[in-house]
Order: sequence, then structure tokens, then C-alpha cells
Amino acid sequence: MKFNHESIEINSGLMLVLTLLAISIGGLVEIAPLYYIEDTIEKVDGVRPYTPLEQRGRDIYVREGCYTCHSQMIRPFRDEDMRYGHYSLAAESQYDHPFQWGSKRTGPDLARVGGKYSNAWQTQHLNNPRDVVPESIMPSYPWLLKNDLDYSDIDARLRALRTVGVPYSTNDEEYAANVEKFGVEVAEMLDINKAEKNLLAQAQSQNWDGDNTRLTEMDALVAYLQVLGTMVDFTKYDEGYFAEFR
Amino acid sequence: MADQSQNKAVQTTGHAWDGDLQEFNNPLPTWWLWAFYASCVFTVVYWILYPAWPIGDTYTKGIATTTFQNSKGEEVTMGWNTRAEFIKDMQSGTEAMKQAEYLKKVSAASYEEIVNDPDMTAFTQSIAKVLFADNCAACHGVGGQPALVGLYPNLRDDAWLWGGKLSQIQHAIVAGRNGYMPAFGEVLSNEKIDQVANYVMTLSGLDADAAKASAGKAIFQGDEGGCYYCHTSAGTGMYSQGAANLTDAVWTVANVPGAETNKDKIAVISKVIKDGIQRKMPAWSERLSETEIKLLTVYVHGLGGGQ
Repeated sequence: MKFNHESIEINSGLMLVLTLLAISIGGLVEIAPLYYIEDTIEKVDGVRPYTPLEQRGRDIYVREGCYTCHSQMIRPFRDEDMRYGHYSLAAESQYDHPFQWGSKRTGPDLARVGGKYSNAWQTQHLNNPRDVVPESIMPSYPWLLKNDLDYSDIDARLRALRTVGVPYSTNDEEYAANVEKFGVEVAEMLDINKAEKNLLAQAQSQNWDGDNTRLTEMDALVAYLQVLGTMVDFTKYDEGYFAEFR
Repeated sequence: MADQSQNKAVQTTGHAWDGDLQEFNNPLPTWWLWAFYASCVFTVVYWILYPAWPIGDTYTKGIATTTFQNSKGEEVTMGWNTRAEFIKDMQSGTEAMKQAEYLKKVSAASYEEIVNDPDMTAFTQSIAKVLFADNCAACHGVGGQPALVGLYPNLRDDAWLWGGKLSQIQHAIVAGRNGYMPAFGEVLSNEKIDQVANYVMTLSGLDADAAKASAGKAIFQGDEGGCYYCHTSAGTGMYSQGAANLTDAVWTVANVPGAETNKDKIAVISKVIKDGIQRKMPAWSERLSETEIKLLTVYVHGLGGGQ
């Protein structure tokens, strides 16, 4: 039998195999090399995994579907730089699982929202956006202030992230490696054995949601928002340094 | 459309379903085929010009280049990439150059020169309006008037907590502000707080219970309350502490005008005395450039209440 497109079209098994092959090539060529090309992740100081409280806030961010309206990816264009700040680096989301880059912006990008507004503003705004921004179309999230934060499974959550490569430590050896990489202060925060203690301490360290007598979901979410995009000190790097990685 | 079954050049796939259902086997339209060949050629050209194929731990960078200046002013040429293109656009793009011309002029000028030069004023108004909307409006409201009384200072009125001179406004933007008033809930009884609230009412010329107000005055002006430390004995406030002027009937925290009866007004004032205030304006020096802060300073000063 002559081999032509007809033989593929009338043989569904063969068509299935060839379709898979064609799609895999596209995927493999575009995605796989990112794992072994050296320049994918920029060499930059300051980026660390989230603390237990921030990580818990990040889980709430994902739970509430914030990513459906907010991206966390500033692109290297002049207009984005002027509005949001320095474009996002791959290094800045290297510990994000899953990453929150996104491309849908009903609301503004949040990649550098950390420190832009006060804790009080974030709390008021999440509770009812129209209290502070009358023209806002963002939904209200009043339950964040009402719900106590469930942190009973925080070590399991960190352990899950550790499985996919985030350097939370479980033993002395891993702890020592973190001290080397991030310094003592951060390494302490990444110790899974102290996760609950660290979470509670950070919740008390400042007034996240305006009420220090209770630990709410709002505390965790505000702590997460306030760290977004603040880890890299861009004044330390020459313009063009990051372009070397592309 | 012509009935293609009459066209002898068109073949069928040779199958017949249900007796007479046949499938044509038309060749691809010529225009489509040539567009396909053209896109194949384009792909190869693209591979040659731009970053494309992974090889081991690196990739082909392409022969297209981008040239820009690094922070030392040296010219750097590297393989074309979006980050280098971005730096180049910021340094020499048409729009960036237009803006840079004005930014340079503004950054060299004094505040007086900016305000007195119609060209620079127009530029300041248009660019600072956008900067304000992106960075300040979330709290202070579009145009400088916040959504609710009490949460954030109104920038359109004459009342300033930290001063309304250009230098004071600039300092607020650069370093931020920490508004703090201690909570008196644990120091003073509810009765005494009520008395102080009555006295504060009289400072702004509102009606209050005279007996309570006079008792409140003693607490306010004495060491029991010590309110005069920051608000001064006249109640006119102190810019260095961010302490509000209590005599101007402008209420920056308690929504006194919004409360209907005198009793309600006293209640909102009492709440402030009881709970204190902790307000924070973030510092902007790391987020905004010196020139951007200068433009915002002129803009905020011009919103209505600049001193």
C-alpha cells in the first residue's frame, strides 16, 4: 500500500501516535531546554522561599482565585516599568509552585505590590475595596477577617513544597545548607520543625490586619502581599546585567 | 458554487457511505500552499536573526544585535533580546526621549521655576496626574480626595497634619509618615474620655456639655491626659508630630461632620481617644525617582491646600 495522507486518515491508531509525536516535539523543544540552559534563572541575591505565614497567605491567594484577575509578571516594556517597577525576573518566582505569572489583568499586576500600601490599606481594601477605592470592581473578601487562620497542617504544606524542590529544611544537613545559601535568619524561617512557631511569631511581629489578638486569614494574606517583589535589591545590579541572561 | 461532482479533475477518496455519500479529495488551494512555503522560509530567516535553538546548556543567539549604554556609560552590544531592547527603548526610544527632555528640565529647575513656567507646569500636571493615579490614589483618592473621611488625609483642603510646604510634602513622599496617637482607653475611664471629647468639640466651636467640657479641659491641659504635648494648649496641633489641629473644624480621622447628632459626634471623637491612631504612609524613595517625587510634590502642593 502506498503511504500517503489517506493511510493516516483512515488509520486512527497511527494518526493518534503521529499527532502525539508532532505535539510533543513542539512542547519538548520549547519547554525542556529551560531546565538545562544555564541562563534561565538569573544569578541574583535575596530571593528566598516564603516564610510559613507568607506561604499560608499565598495558599489563600490561590484559594480565592486572585490570579484570575491579577498577574504577577511585569514585562520588559517601558509602560509596564513606569507603572509597576522593574520587570520580573525568572529568579523571583523560582520557589513559586505553581507560579502566578498569568496574563489576565482585570486588576493591576501585583508582582511588586509589596510595601506599596500600608497593612491597614490592604486590610480595608480586601475587606471591601470600595471603602478606599470607590470606582473599584474588585469583589469583597470579608470572610478573611472573620476566619481564623488554619495553620494545623503548615508543616505538611511546607513538606509538600520541599518534595518539588523548595529548600525547606527537615534535618541539620539541610539546615546548614540553607544557612550557607540564605544566612541564619532566613534558614531559621525555612526550618519545617519550627514552622508553627515561626508562623505565630511572624504573625505577632507586626500588626498585619489591625487586630493582634487574633490570627486570621487576613494576617497571612497581607503578609504575603507585602513581600511580593521586595526580595531583590535592584540598585545593586548594573543595567544590562539581567539582559546577559537572555 | 459550482457543483464539484461534475468536475472530472476532482477525485474522491473512493469510499461511498450509505450508498451515495462520497468524500472529495481536493488539492490544497494554491494561495494556502504558497503561504505555507513562505512561512517556512520566514521561520528559517527568524532562526538566523533571533534566539532560537537550544544546544546543550545554551542556545543559538541569532545574528541580530541590540546596543545600549550600561550604567557606566559604556556602549554594550549583545545578541537581540527583549531585555536589551527594553533598556534601549528607555534610553533612546522616541517617546522616552520626548519625556526625558522635560524630565531633565524639571529636575534641574527649582520649585519656583517649575510653578512659574507654563510649559513645565503643563508637563508636571499631565505626568504627575498619572503618577498620582498609579501610586497615591489608592489611599488619597483620585484627585486627592479620599473616599471616606477618616481613613486617609484629604489633600485638597487647607488642613495639613505634617505641613503643607513643598519641603514638607516632599519629605512625606520620600520617607513616608507614621501617624501615631496613643490609645487612652486603658489610661482614662470612659467618663473622662467623654469629658475630653466634649472639650474637643468646643475647640472647633461645636456645641457640647459645658460642665463635661470644663472637666475635659483639665484633663487635656493637665498631665492626666497630656493631650497638649502634641496638640498644644491652644489645640492647634503640631506639624513635627503629625498632630491634628483641633480648632479648625476639619476632621481628619473621626468623621464628625458625618455623625448626625451631637451625641454621635462625641461618640466618634471618644472612639479616637480610646483606641488611638496608627496610620502609616509608605516611603516612596525606593519606588519613585527623585524627579518623579519632585513632580508629585508640585502636583500635591497645587491640589488646593499648598502653603
